[in-house]
Amino acid sequence: MTIREMQSVLNAQFLYGEELADLDVQFVFSADMMSDVLAYGDKCSVLITGLCNPQVVRTAEMLDIVCIIFVRGKMPDENMLALARSKSIAVLATQHYMFTSCGILYENGLRGGA
Amino acid sequence: MSGQLTFTYTIDGDDFTRAGEASSSVKNKLKMLGVSSDAIRKVAIAMYEGEINMVIHADGGTITVSVSDDDITMVLADKGPGIPDIDKAMQEGYSTAREDVRSLGFGAGMGLPNMKRFTDEMQINTVIGKGTTITMKVYL
Repeated sequence: MTIREMQSVLNAQFLYGEELADLDVQFVFSADMMSDVLAYGDKCSVLITGLCNPQVVRTAEMLDIVCIIFVRGKMPDENMLALARSKSIAVLATQHYMFTSCGILYENGLRGGA
Repeated sequence: MSGQLTFTYTIDGDDFTRAGEASSSVKNKLKMLGVSSDAIRKVAIAMYEGEINMVIHADGGTITVSVSDDDITMVLADKGPGIPDIDKAMQEGYSTAREDVRSLGFGAGMGLPNMKRFTDEMQINTVIGKGTTITMKVYL
């Protein structure tokens, strides 16, 4: 599934990275605890989270994650988006809750990587 | 690569939003040196956890990263309160972090276990009231 397809099925907004939209992704990790992402998300290239601070982008960077999806209508500020831009990490935002977002992506073939 | 390269960073203990800058810089440097992406990810995760720990628990410190032909060595030294019970601190889920730190996405009691999981060697030297030095190695 591409980032563009994820955007479409989640009815999400592209906050950064339309030029990365054709990247293909397979495995997704979802959590609000970044320590858990660091512990278990190292095979995943997409992060779904409702946490909204610069350490989300830093955590994604350390794991070579290519796309962050903010759920529950969370909106990263300009500093976070600038950091994501500098690391070429696409950023999406959806109004869906985390469970619903994960369910939609699972239904469309994405998996958890464990 | 011949010889040894060393990078040193001072970690600011006051600014949580900047935590991770040193790890990010090391990640970029290792990429430029042609280190394998697997080794880079291990170093990045372990060092980032350590860097976050320094900010949360120890009011900052210094990190020295040395790259040789055989391994990457990270030495994280702080003048924080020290770790009273290392065995407990190594247990997944055990944390002494404040509630405000947890609300930032850390303090789940995964920091030290993660650092051990993603490195090939890890040593902790701690003195209560004086500080902690953690040495980690990732083999190349």
